[in-house]
Amino acid sequence: MGYPHPSHPKEEPVLSRYFGDAGARTFDGWVKRGGYEGLKKALGMTRDQVIEEIKNSGLRGRGGAGFPTGLKWSFMPKEVTKPHYLVCNADESEPGTFKDREIIRWTPHQLIEGCAIAAHAMGAERIYIYIRGEFTAEHKILVAAVEDAYRNNALGENVFGSGRRIDLVVHRGAGAYICGEETAMMNSIEGKRGNPRIKPPFPAVAGLWASPTTINNVETLAAAGPIMVRGAAWYKGLSRSSPKSTGTKLFSVCGHVQRPGNYEVVMGTPMRDLVYDMCGGMRPGRSLKAVIPGGSSVPIMTAAEIEDCPLDYEGIVAKGSMLGSGGMIVMDDSTDIVYQVMRLARFYAHESCAQCTQCREGTAWTTRILERILAGQGRPEDLDLLLDLADNMTGKTICVLSDSCAAPVVSAIRKFPGEFEAYLSRNRQRTLVTV
Amino acid sequence: MSATPAAGAHAGAHHEEPHQPVFVGPVLARLEALFPKYPTRQACLLPALWLVQEARGWISQGAIEEVAAVLGLTPAYVKGVVTFYTMYHTHPVGRHFIQVCTTSPCNICGAEDVVKAFLQHTGCGELGATSQDGRFTVIEVECLGACGFATPVMINDDFIEGVTPERVPGILQGYK
Ligand SMILES: Cc1cc2nc3c(=O)[nH]c(=O)nc-3n(C[C@H](O)[C@H](O)[C@H](O)COP(=O)(O)O)c2cc1C
Ligand code: SF4
Ligand code: FES
Repeated sequence: MGYPHPSHPKEEPVLSRYFGDAGARTFDGWVKRGGYEGLKKALGMTRDQVIEEIKNSGLRGRGGAGFPTGLKWSFMPKEVTKPHYLVCNADESEPGTFKDREIIRWTPHQLIEGCAIAAHAMGAERIYIYIRGEFTAEHKILVAAVEDAYRNNALGENVFGSGRRIDLVVHRGAGAYICGEETAMMNSIEGKRGNPRIKPPFPAVAGLWASPTTINNVETLAAAGPIMVRGAAWYKGLSRSSPKSTGTKLFSVCGHVQRPGNYEVVMGTPMRDLVYDMCGGMRPGRSLKAVIPGGSSVPIMTAAEIEDCPLDYEGIVAKGSMLGSGGMIVMDDSTDIVYQVMRLARFYAHESCAQCTQCREGTAWTTRILERILAGQGRPEDLDLLLDLADNMTGKTICVLSDSCAAPVVSAIRKFPGEFEAYLSRNRQRTLVTV
Repeated sequence: MSATPAAGAHAGAHHEEPHQPVFVGPVLARLEALFPKYPTRQACLLPALWLVQEARGWISQGAIEEVAAVLGLTPAYVKGVVTFYTMYHTHPVGRHFIQVCTTSPCNICGAEDVVKAFLQHTGCGELGATSQDGRFTVIEVECLGACGFATPVMINDDFIEGVTPERVPGILQGYK
């Protein structure tokens, strides 16, 4: 199917197969579509066997960092001496990213099934799904699906008669981007301010309530069902470029393309195909200026850089950026890069939890300098000052929000120096971009 | 974490009525149903605050004290948590609370014009202010996680996708 547009022939719909199909939302509807077979199969296997299967599939975290999922699961202690927890990260707040919302609203049982498989593999009896507060409709859909799953023994004290107990609690956030960071999320679930924690200890050692905890993104967990059903070899075979990037990935494409939306492609598909074929390219009379490929926290790419870039972890890194969350922001030639970078800096300044000086001061100061440049009051040394600040904000803080603010700023100055210079030389005035 | 502009615009502009307990009857039952889902009472704080806001529209000092008492926390602690999260209102807001995303992906698709249209058609005049008739408050928010459906707008709990300036008057008719 596909939503809000039909699936494109160049897509490989695995997770998105039932997007737009409201019949897939119920337990019965999901079972009719082959659902819960993956969980049943996993329950018949040992914890280690499930983890091996996920390891062999090559699945990597879809939340941003791309950490190998099977390996992450294997960090959980084998002996269960304290409660083990699984947390599903449905905070989806990274600008440009809107894929998890679609998974939840069309196929909530796909997520519940994946969560239960992961909980089984890690010896966790309780799962918390942390959903951002703004997703009101999705929250209702998810809660209804969880109740439906309990009624049908897909959750509860004896899942599908296996003797395994798996409970799932949907926990609603309340507006804070930083709670998407895994340790901030744990604090938030515990009823605290969402400040990231210093690592180590890592969550698998001491996470929620100091118990072993693993946090995975919605899309990562949703992939567990299809992998269990169709096998690691099948998943691993879905790869068109780097063997280290396997499976399908949902790319959320937004901005100036003709058909924004989610597109699920095999890893390694050319970025060009996504932007120009699947999304229909730019609006008439416009040309591509820049792409931020992995959510707003990664470096900006120029139109030339996307020409021969495969959509996978390694391919995008080779072009100086990152796959991140797969939230792709496309900007055409009408875009004022300086203004948009200021908006992003303002976002990070607004969302900084303010624990670290470099982040608290750096994000605020970066925003002020960019505002000053936009107001025509920039100073010749401002660009160096911004780069200096960015250097101070990178690799020095408790979490990477600070680095995330620096990445778009530095890359924009390097790749679009003319836009900044036009403001600095007073040759350009801020104009509101309207569509 | 900064508070919403609405909070600043209202500071000091209201005086509090004596607090009527929220956690009685069915609301108390809903709170108690949460207890077995978490190993600590503290963890029920965010859900408890949602219950308060659902019942009262905002979270007053009296409500903070009540939540603290019910969960065995101190009011100062609860307040520290409330103010961390932007969706909890610590001051009353207009009957219809309008949040327009203006982060870059929506911004390049014309979100600032959508904000202008809301300010104009609600009579709010400026961001964070409540309209004379108490009906509306409009604020800009950061990414709502629906960037492919620019511009998404939240009015109370309703999430509206693909809003353009032209649609604004029609949308507002649904909120009396
Ligand atoms: C500031 C910040 C915000 C984040 N926001 C999210 C988010 O909204 N959703 C998400 O899945 N991961 C987010 N992450 C990444 C998580 O910390 C974590 O790495 C991820 O949920 C792990 O899941 P995965 O291994 O399945 O990718 C964020 C990280 C940082 C530093
Ligand atoms: S880097 Fe920023 S957001 Fe992250 S912990 Fe430090 S101050 Fe908080
Ligand atoms: S930027 Fe507007 S919803 Fe994401």
